[in-house]
Amino acid sequence: MRWRFVARRLAMLLISLLVASFVIFAAVYLAPGNPIAALSGGRSLPPSSVRILEQRYHLNAPFFGQYWYWLDNVLHGNLGISITLRENVSTLIASRIWTTAGLVLYSALLIVVFGIGMGLVAGLRPGVLDTSTVVVTAISAAIPAFVAAIVLILVFAVKLGWFPAIGNGTGLADNIRHLTLPAFALAISSLAIVARVTRASVRGEGEREHVQTAVSRGIPRRQVIRRHVLRNAAIPITTVAGITIASLIAVAAVVETAFSLNGLGAYLVQAAQSKDLAVVQGISLLLVSAFVIVNLIVDMLYSVLDPRVTLGSRAA
Amino acid sequence: MSTGIPTAIEAPRFRALTSVRATGIVGIASGIILAAATFAAIFGPLLAPYDPELPNLSLAWIGPTGGHLLGFDVQGRDVLSRLLVGAQTSMLGPLVVVIVSVVTGSLLAVVAAWRRGAADAAISSGLDILFAFPGILLAVLATAVFGAGLPAAAIALSLAYMPYVARVLRGAAYRERSQPYVAALEVQGASATSICLRHLIPNMLPLIVAQATILFGYAMVDLAAISFLGLGVQPPRPDWGVMISENQTGIVQGYPLPALSAGVCIVAVVIAVNVLGERLFEQAEAGRR
Repeated sequence: MRWRFVARRLAMLLISLLVASFVIFAAVYLAPGNPIAALSGGRSLPPSSVRILEQRYHLNAPFFGQYWYWLDNVLHGNLGISITLRENVSTLIASRIWTTAGLVLYSALLIVVFGIGMGLVAGLRPGVLDTSTVVVTAISAAIPAFVAAIVLILVFAVKLGWFPAIGNGTGLADNIRHLTLPAFALAISSLAIVARVTRASVRGEGEREHVQTAVSRGIPRRQVIRRHVLRNAAIPITTVAGITIASLIAVAAVVETAFSLNGLGAYLVQAAQSKDLAVVQGISLLLVSAFVIVNLIVDMLYSVLDPRVTLGSRAA
Repeated sequence: MSTGIPTAIEAPRFRALTSVRATGIVGIASGIILAAATFAAIFGPLLAPYDPELPNLSLAWIGPTGGHLLGFDVQGRDVLSRLLVGAQTSMLGPLVVVIVSVVTGSLLAVVAAWRRGAADAAISSGLDILFAFPGILLAVLATAVFGAGLPAAAIALSLAYMPYVARVLRGAAYRERSQPYVAALEVQGASATSICLRHLIPNMLPLIVAQATILFGYAMVDLAAISFLGLGVQPPRPDWGVMISENQTGIVQGYPLPALSAGVCIVAVVIAVNVLGERLFEQAEAGRR
């Protein structure tokens, strides 16, 4: 049963990616004016350049033919050429991908460690700590990444001087130091959401009958928590952590811009502003792929944690 | 995207911000914040004491003085006036996103639940595919193609939010559809449209409104982010997201007030909306039992 679920999810993934790639490709045709104007960002080009663009994008071929050529190129790692930098989009992406990947992974780590950690402590120990966690997370869940960014820069870079305010840094240790404030800015609202869901589900499981029974049977508290509370609470926690971590991939653009990091998201925004559509297409495609793949991994994890899901039935 | 997951799990995304113990003070404060923000969104231009777009570089970064409660921004414009006028786009944008996504999402949910079978399968898989696009990414793509500005960003966000709305409401519509009163009306010969419009949707309204309220907070954050990135509301027009981005240099130079005040406005409204949305959810749930 399980592998059928996996196969179905993989098929869904491929269809999603195919449709997403089509939308991203067709965007050029939705743009006002002709495709040449869209691809050149409205700049006037000499006839020779127009011919090159026509050839590269097969603009004289029928629409679906053009999509096919484009997709074929994409699958071979050829994402076209940036109209502003006159370089291969793949090369431009490759030089920036690690900043974004590092930032997202760092944030994901913070969310898992602090979000779930805070939620567990608050959920298992009612009291002052619990109440304050509830209040603090209610507020921080409402803080957008760019607001968190300016506050963190103000406090930890300008006032305390512990971390640099902008830039990537050189070398691994320096890179991590430069990514610390951005990672917290990116993580903060998701971290709060994960903490709240963790707390609520641990609390909810603790009140369930089978847990009460286990306690009354004299099973040690430690064992009850591990075997009965955490095992069941893990399902909603994994789901919400997965969903929020996947969403970081897109929000990274905001944080990279705020901290002047040389990542994919910030570059996507610059390309959108200068109407460098080949770059916009390439990065969008990559981010959408990353997003659906992370979602797929979450679904898989979910089916491991909750055997009922492997039946693959669609609940109404 | 998440096909194998029962529908209820999408709920944490919208509900997680919630369950602040509903003390009187928190509720009243939220109400006051929302009323003030709405008032500013409607009457902001009349309330603003100074021209929000008139730069005067000799006044740049000057702190609060008499008559200028929040001082001046990077271009020497009155910060309070910009906040008041900026409430307009900052509140109207999310409102449009919420209306478009909730109306389309509810319609799709009701159609899917009513027709079931092939129609439901088609709608559900279509929505699953839309889940592949994170809201901000779709908005950036739209502004790259159609040009920077609020309309393109708002339409793109509406499209990205629609599947979330539809997924939660589809479950509710299914529950409602299987109620005895629906069958009774059908037997009496009432048309599907009339049952849906006059009974089914009105009965789902508490849930729809609660969902819309929580969504407003998400839309406000995402639209402000788009404006912060320079792809939404265009300067010199004031908008809370724009104000943070144009005054960000002040953070490092020791003049944090202009950027921070805009940030406080956004956070305050989002918290207030979340508190209100949580209560509406509780009421909707209580009403169902």
